[in-house]
Amino acid sequence: MRRLAAPLAALAVTLALAAPTLACGGLIGPNGAVNLLRTTTLAGYHDGVEHYVTAFEFAGGGGSFGSLTPLPGIPTSVVRGGDWTLQRLVRETDPPPDFLAFAGAASARDSAIVLQEVRIDALDITILQGGGAEIGVWAKEHGFSLPPDAPEVLDFYASRSPIFMAASFDADAAAERGQAIGDGTPVHLTIPTRNPWVPLRILGLGKSAGEIVQADVYLLTDLRPALLPDPGSKLAAGGMQLAHSGVASDALLADLRSDKGMEWIPASAWLTKVEVDASAIDLRFDLAIDASGAGQPSLRDAGLEPFGPLPAPPSPTPLWIVLLAAVLLVPVGGAWLVAGAMRNGGGRPLAGA
Amino acid sequence: MPVLRVRSAAAALLLLAGLAAGCTPAAATRVEIRIHYSHFGPTAISVPHGVPITFVLISEDPIDHEWLLGDAAFHERHRTGTEAQHGARPNEISLPPLATIETTLTFDSPGTLQFICHFPAHEKYGMVGTLTVT
Repeated sequence: MRRLAAPLAALAVTLALAAPTLACGGLIGPNGAVNLLRTTTLAGYHDGVEHYVTAFEFAGGGGSFGSLTPLPGIPTSVVRGGDWTLQRLVRETDPPPDFLAFAGAASARDSAIVLQEVRIDALDITILQGGGAEIGVWAKEHGFSLPPDAPEVLDFYASRSPIFMAASFDADAAAERGQAIGDGTPVHLTIPTRNPWVPLRILGLGKSAGEIVQADVYLLTDLRPALLPDPGSKLAAGGMQLAHSGVASDALLADLRSDKGMEWIPASAWLTKVEVDASAIDLRFDLAIDASGAGQPSLRDAGLEPFGPLPAPPSPTPLWIVLLAAVLLVPVGGAWLVAGAMRNGGGRPLAGA
Repeated sequence: MPVLRVRSAAAALLLLAGLAAGCTPAAATRVEIRIHYSHFGPTAISVPHGVPITFVLISEDPIDHEWLLGDAAFHERHRTGTEAQHGARPNEISLPPLATIETTLTFDSPGTLQFICHFPAHEKYGMVGTLTVT
């Protein structure tokens, strides 16, 4: 598998330039300039444990930048991710023509509570627990410059899961480490949870209503998952498509299993790829996943239950009525979160003169 | 546009002076403006001229905001400004996260002003309100 490293690195750079942005954390730099190329995400789920793998890529420049990512639970470990897991997934679902032959060869074989602090390469990662206001204050005190939609978005997540991952990316340190533009730092979080969900609304943080959010989300589950919103449905507002759904190949699973920290990969799994291509104002939900086989992804996990649990209906209510009601109740307007660590010790954005 | 005379301590002194002289001073008016999810509430306020108006600015947000009150030319200057902190002038207030700040102003004539937060992207996000002086 090590043979893959060089071509995959080249692929990563190419994708960074040509492919949709892949992200599952809010990214922002001083005054809103996003300097991280992308993050790529895998939400794997096996034996009641979510394996959340994402990567931060260095896009050049100096200073510090950050990211806030809502999590479904408290991680039991935060470690450097494997070297090729995310790239291998991209290759599985979007193989460039000149890559096909190679694939064949490979298959032959503060007040928020600080829970954890981990340094991975040029990333300082902090796992936080707290309400939206507490997380926001912690972020400000640690140099993050939050955009105006952050208060609403932080509450949106904290009301469901008060766990966040703050990642501060020191571009100067990355440059000193010799990281080249496009080099990624993978991060692997192990999170026990009853069912995984993937934060999507956070991708629009700091974006204006009409800005387009693009992301690729890979899911690896024991069974074919049920998703909410269902990609392609009206509930997804046309901003989400099911790009791949099928039994994961033995070659893929073997390759993933051979990467660092990926021993958990089961003998068989279902691979799903969801492509997000939505305007920020429409992306007001997350991706709920029922990986149990029960086929009942949670409205709450999808962020479509803003006013508390729905009362039990007196008679069976068709699911589409519930979903339609949820859509109508979701307030329109706003956008979504990212945090940017400010240069030089947390300077604030410029105010009026 | 109304003439905006800002007096916080000065307003209290004038009030005391008026009482001492046996005059009946105009009653001070308190106006509460909340900031929630980076929006002012209410966004349309009407106050009389000639009396001290105390604005109680309550930020429920965990991020920095500012409340800058003035006419179009005033806001145009602030859109391109570089002053990171306000506070020396009662119509220019910086609000730290979750802060409550009071400021008192007196308007000498009727007219219309706007209050805006000029942090990057905040005005576009909707942090704009209108103050009508009658």
